[in-house]
Amino acid sequence: MDKKEEILRISGVNVRKCMRCGKCSGTCPSYDEMEFHPHQFVYMVESGNIEPLLNSDSLYKCLSCFACVERCPRGVEPAKVVEAVRLAAIRQKGNNHLKAEMVPELIDDETPQQLLVSAFRKFSK
Amino acid sequence: MQVNETKEFRPKIVAFCCNWCSYAGADLAGTNRLNYPADVKIIRVPCSCRVNPMFILRAFQRGADGVIMCGCHPGDCHYTSGNYFARRRMTLLFSMLDFMGIERERTRVEWVSAAEGAKFAATMNEFVETVTKLGENKRLEDLRCKKQ
Amino acid sequence: MHRIGVFVCHCGTNIAATVDVKAVAEAMKQEPSVVFSVDYQYMCSEGGQTLIQDTIKEHKLTGVVVCSCSPRMHEATFRKAAAKAGINPYMVEIANIREQCSWIHKDIMSATDKAIILARTAIAKVQLNAPLTAGESPVTKRALVIGGGIAGMQTALDIAEAGFEVDIVEKQPTIGGKMTQIDKTFPTLDCASCILTPKMVDCSQNEKIHIYAYSEVVEVNGFVGNFTAKIKKKARYVDTTKCTGCGICTEKCPQKKVPNEFNLGLNNRRAIYIPFAQAVPKVATIDADYCTMLKTGKCGVCSKVCTAGAIDYKQQDEIIEERYGAIVAATGYNPIKIDKYDEFAYSQSKDVVTSLELERLMNAAGPSNGTLIRPSYLDKQDDHRAHPKTIVFVQCVGSRSCDDCGKSYCSKICCMYTAKHAMLIREKYPDTDVYVFYIDVRTPGKLFDEFYRRAVEQYGVHYIKGMVGKVSPRPDGNLDVQASDLISNEQLHINADLVVLATAIEPDQTARSVATMLRASMDTNDFFTEAHAKLRPVESPTAGVFLSGVCQGPKDIPETVSQASAAAAKVIGLLAKDKLTGNPCVAHSDELMCNGCSACEKVCPYGAITYSDKEFRQPDRTVAIRRVAAVNEAVCQGCGACTVACPSGAMDLKGFSNKQIMAEVDAICK
Repeated sequence: MDKKEEILRISGVNVRKCMRCGKCSGTCPSYDEMEFHPHQFVYMVESGNIEPLLNSDSLYKCLSCFACVERCPRGVEPAKVVEAVRLAAIRQKGNNHLKAEMVPELIDDETPQQLLVSAFRKFSK
Repeated sequence: MQVNETKEFRPKIVAFCCNWCSYAGADLAGTNRLNYPADVKIIRVPCSCRVNPMFILRAFQRGADGVIMCGCHPGDCHYTSGNYFARRRMTLLFSMLDFMGIERERTRVEWVSAAEGAKFAATMNEFVETVTKLGENKRLEDLRCKKQ
Repeated sequence: MHRIGVFVCHCGTNIAATVDVKAVAEAMKQEPSVVFSVDYQYMCSEGGQTLIQDTIKEHKLTGVVVCSCSPRMHEATFRKAAAKAGINPYMVEIANIREQCSWIHKDIMSATDKAIILARTAIAKVQLNAPLTAGESPVTKRALVIGGGIAGMQTALDIAEAGFEVDIVEKQPTIGGKMTQIDKTFPTLDCASCILTPKMVDCSQNEKIHIYAYSEVVEVNGFVGNFTAKIKKKARYVDTTKCTGCGICTEKCPQKKVPNEFNLGLNNRRAIYIPFAQAVPKVATIDADYCTMLKTGKCGVCSKVCTAGAIDYKQQDEIIEERYGAIVAATGYNPIKIDKYDEFAYSQSKDVVTSLELERLMNAAGPSNGTLIRPSYLDKQDDHRAHPKTIVFVQCVGSRSCDDCGKSYCSKICCMYTAKHAMLIREKYPDTDVYVFYIDVRTPGKLFDEFYRRAVEQYGVHYIKGMVGKVSPRPDGNLDVQASDLISNEQLHINADLVVLATAIEPDQTARSVATMLRASMDTNDFFTEAHAKLRPVESPTAGVFLSGVCQGPKDIPETVSQASAAAAKVIGLLAKDKLTGNPCVAHSDELMCNGCSACEKVCPYGAITYSDKEFRQPDRTVAIRRVAAVNEAVCQGCGACTVACPSGAMDLKGFSNKQIMAEVDAICK
């Protein structure tokens, strides 16, 4: 399957709904860490320019905080696009980077639960 | 099948068209010279909601092989809500007709706007083809109404 | 027994090339009741029409069938011709053998057969036709305008100008609407009050215009030309005939803590108040929710200070009933509630304001007397931080959004008023930095784009393509605005002291109840729908109801005024008629068959069917009272929904009766 199709299918997002307002990037807390920003993910997936995204470490800089999903006026859900590209990348490389057994040793009192959820989202397929 | 028939079977088809959209759509099909079979005869009604289920039963009783009703697209009714009534009534009627043995394909509701001449012609072509395949409708026909 | 004449048109070769017209005319001679049948080159021509008229007279025809083009084309022509020859125009039927026969078929045999069947069908119908006469109804020469904003006022003024009586019903204590709250207007930057208040005065002084302020329409009955409306005059607790508008009561009232809705709650007013200095009518109103006297019976200060003796604590709501020929909806708009957009911190910080609030902050009659002050510093205006130094405008707040707090449409006016605000601020306070975050700048309109460009080029407003993602209050009281700049592809953090949200507009909350009363249709956004989006933009599909201003869709002032005048023109056109001629093809109920079940009443989209108890003579000579339906012919549009809903077959449609359509079905299936 075409990479674009695959990502659209995984994410379930209709990227054509985007009206290019950039509110997702305006609201993104890890904007400065990212090479490609949420609005670019949506635009580049729409135009089928996916290779640069797959190879960018922006994929792992996304916090999965879903602020962009919450704020998008058109209901595009950019974080789901980022996540889908990430999944595509992980599947391509073929193994999980985080396994359930590894979790206990990573936990300490300071770690918020959301971080674990987010880490699972980010590093396993 | 129809081996013994000497004449090619031509269905009798009654089309009810609302005055504002579908009748105008049929006119447009004419203006654009879009062909559809001569088996279709149109009856003009002010609105699809004017089509009494009795008319359709009567058509089948009198030997029609197919009945199609055309109205404005949902939301575009000249009388605001007429086609919604028509849609509900026809859903009920058609399921009853189906129960009585009149195949679903012999009845149809189609929304045709005044700008959709091409759609009107295409719909009629398709409908006539379907009904021709089904053959003559004998289920409801009242033989007393038949000429000789 | 009918005497029917059949006329088959060649339409040059349009019909004659594919249909054997002579054969059709010949075949028709064999049909029952047909006494005359002929084919002719062009039936619609002068000669053709004369032929019809002469034949009607000569052969004493009672019915006419013309086999020609679509009835949508020439039905009216042939009906007129028949009427001239002395028969009822509705005794003419058309068999459409051009658009629906000759033009779509190539085979002469089958086309001719079909034409014969179509002609037979028309003959079958015309035999059951009955002469119809269009009903007439008188027109009450008075119009009702619901809403007293600039749209309602303009409509009323134009109708009054033509010499008709107009009533304006406004739910606020004063007419003027949203425009009274606006400071300056684009693209000319003239002051809104300066152009609005003279119009308000014109309305109050025009002897044809009657203003019912602080009133609401509570009930509307009737139909085009003959509406009856009940208007509730809400109790002001002030005798409007005695009040001189001197304003002493509003100064002496001890209840000072009432949010001032005219200034959008930015400051307070008293419990007895006059909304603003130029209010029309300029009379005081007591706010019953806050007045101590009305709540506890202890105070009465206003009554003591009023030299005119106008205060009346015992005043009650009053209902007036009036008759109208036409009704104009001019219910206007409101900015949407933006409490749900917590990313913009509107409810967290006073310094985040809506654009309408900014209008008040910049207005000379506003809470800061025209000096732009941050709302959080309104009571300490001397502080050096009171004047905003960095202002961020956010466009499309709630507009063009699919989420459940916003509106899917473009509010249309925001781009222009934001450019206006930015420009005015830069002009008055050149040391202020002004940023505008936009998605698109939409400025179609005369001199509009030039206006926006002036804001950028001449006044140096920073327009940034991007959207504000988050506004967070900082510990020092300023606001951190986090936004994306899509052109330079970076995220910006602006330390702002005032954030202005260009809030989406929505139809007034009362619009839906007004539409229900008027039986006018609305879209999913609660805007009134027009009868035709292009060709009848100021009429509602409901006859006699007209639309003016934003109640039909977002509009700026020039557009509102043009639409208001257009609606007035339509109203004048209606009121100028002495009688309305209806469509004679209307529903009719047979009282003897009606069982009073109300099925027809429920499906009628126009409310044309009413029920009443009627006396009937029984076969045994007793009198029984039964509930039966009656159709108001002036309201009925002839859709026929009721005829199918009627379980007893009492309801029928003239011109398209059950029998007629059955006869057509029979003729086709023969």
